[in-house]
Amino acid sequence: MVTHTETSDNQELKIVKDATCTFCGCVCDDIDLTVDGNRIVDAKRACVLGNGWFLNHQVDDRPSCLIEGQAASVDEGIERAARILTNAKYSLTYGLSDTTSESQRVAVGIVDWIGGIVDTTTSVCHGPSGMAFQSVGEATCSLGEVRNRGDMIIFWGSNPAESHPRHFTKYSLMPKGMFLPNGRKDRTCVIVDVRRTKSAKAADIFIQIKPRKDFEALWTLRALAKGIELDPDEVERETGNPLSLWQDLMERMKACKFGVIFFGMGLTMTRGKHANSEAVLALTRDMNRYTRFVCKPNRGHGNVTGADNVVSWRTGYPFGVNMARGYPRFNPGEYTAADVLARGEADAAMIIASDPMSNFSQPARDHLASIPYIAFDPKETPTTRAATVAFTVATYGINVPGTVYRMDDVPIPLRPAFESPHPSDYEILTRIEQRVKQLLVLCQAAK
Amino acid sequence: MTETFILIPGRTSRQGVGISEGKFEDTYLNETQRLQMSADDMQRLGLAEDNWVRLTSPTGQIEVRVVPALRNELPAGLLFIAYGDLSSRLMAGDTHGSGMPTSKGLDVELSVIDGPAPEADQVELAE
Repeated sequence: MVTHTETSDNQELKIVKDATCTFCGCVCDDIDLTVDGNRIVDAKRACVLGNGWFLNHQVDDRPSCLIEGQAASVDEGIERAARILTNAKYSLTYGLSDTTSESQRVAVGIVDWIGGIVDTTTSVCHGPSGMAFQSVGEATCSLGEVRNRGDMIIFWGSNPAESHPRHFTKYSLMPKGMFLPNGRKDRTCVIVDVRRTKSAKAADIFIQIKPRKDFEALWTLRALAKGIELDPDEVERETGNPLSLWQDLMERMKACKFGVIFFGMGLTMTRGKHANSEAVLALTRDMNRYTRFVCKPNRGHGNVTGADNVVSWRTGYPFGVNMARGYPRFNPGEYTAADVLARGEADAAMIIASDPMSNFSQPARDHLASIPYIAFDPKETPTTRAATVAFTVATYGINVPGTVYRMDDVPIPLRPAFESPHPSDYEILTRIEQRVKQLLVLCQAAK
Repeated sequence: MTETFILIPGRTSRQGVGISEGKFEDTYLNETQRLQMSADDMQRLGLAEDNWVRLTSPTGQIEVRVVPALRNELPAGLLFIAYGDLSSRLMAGDTHGSGMPTSKGLDVELSVIDGPAPEADQVELAE
C-alpha cells in the first residue's frame, strides 16, 4: 500500500507499507519505507543490513550502458551483448541471485537458445547442499512452522546475528508461536561453530568444535542416534568436545517436539562440503525416528532460492547446467562457474547481479578478465569495471516489481519505492533474447 | 619467521552494509582489508592493532592489517577475515568436483611484516 504525507516544510513524502527487503534470504516483507523523491529516507523495522540496503540504493549517476568503459546507448549495448553471446562456443551465464525470478527465467531462456552454461551463486554458497539434497533428501518446513512449532533450534556453521539479523526475532527464537506461547522461554537454542560468533550470545548451549571437524561431529551424533557405542577419547580428539556433551545434546534432541537445524556455509565451504551437508541432512532424517525434526540451509542472497527454483523449472537441475547439446546436463565441478573459469574454458560470459571479480579465485578472475563478457548491476563493482558491456540497471525491490523466493521457498512479491531512470535487467534481458533469436535465424539461413 | 594458522573468511554485517554502500567505498574496503586474530596470538607474536602481516596460501599471498578479534571470538591458531578481494586471493581454483572452492578453513602461513606494506594493487583497489 502506498500513501503520501508531508514534512514540516511542505515536502511530500511517499510511504510504502510492507515493502520487501531483498538483501538476505529472510526476505522480510514488513518494512515501511519513507520515500523522498528518488531517495528512501527511512526503513521502519529493517535490520542493519536492510537499512544499508534501502538507504544506499539511490539512483547512481552513471550511464545505463558502457561498452569497453565508454558511455553507449542501451540499444548499442544490447546489440553488442547479443553478438558476444551468439558468437561464443562455450558461454557462461552466472549470478542471478540478486534479481527477480522473472529476470532469472529470461536469462535461462537465453542460455537455452545459445546452448551455453547457466550457473548461479548457489554453486559457491549452498551448491554442496543442493548436491546433498539429491542423494539424501530434505526433511523441511516453512519458516512459519519454525516460528509456531520449533522448540529446539540448532544453528550449525551459521552466524545469523551477522548474516540474517532478524532471523532470531522474526522466525526462529523470540516469537511467541501457536504451540510456543512463551516464545523464547519455550525454545532451546544450540549453536555449533568453530568461532564464538556474535550469535553465540543467543545460545543456551554453545559448542565450539575443531575447525574442519564438522563431518566428524555430525557423524558422532548420527552414531548416538543409532545407539552405537563410541570411544570417548577418539570423539574428544576428533571434535574437541567430550562424548558426554554430544550424548547430552542427543538426549535433548530426542526429547524435543519439533527440532530444527539451520546450517550455513560453515559446513558447505569447508573441507567435506557436500559430505558435510549430507551428514546434517542424514542426521535430521535419523532424528525423525524419535520426534519431528527438519533441516534448512540459511540462504544468503535475497533471491538465491528463486534462482534454484527457476533454473530447476527450466532445466530440471538447480545450478551448474550445460545446454550445449540441446538438452540439460548437470555436473557440479564440470559445469559450475568457478571451474569453467578457473580452467580457462568459457569463451564469453554474462554476469547478472553478481561480482565474481571480487569473490572468485584468482585463476577464475584472470580468465574472466581475458574474455568478452556482459555485466548487469545497479552499482559499480570490480566486475562491471572490467566488463565489455556493462549495464547499470534498476534495483529489484526498490525500483522494480517482481517475485523473489524466501529461503524456505515461499514466493514473495516486491513493492518498489520509486522509479529509476535506468532500465531493469528484465527489460534488457528480454531484448537481448529477442536479438539473439534473430541472429541465430540469420546464422542458420547463412549456413 | 612464519607460523601456520587456519583462516576462516566469512560474512560480517559491516561487510554486508559495505556492499550496499558500494564496493569502492570506505566501509567495504576497510572491513574486507583487516585480519582478525585472537588477542593471545597477537601478544605472543608482539603484534599491535594495525600492524601488518603477510598471509601465504598455496595459491596466493596478501598483506593485511591485523586487529584483535572482538568478544574473544577466535581461539588461538584461528584467523578471520571478511569475504572480499583479499580473502579470494588465497582460494584455490580447484573445487574437487563440487563447484565450490574451499573457501573456509584455509591453511595459511603468517609472517609479521616490519612496517606498513600496502601492495600496489591494494592501493589501486581503494582508488
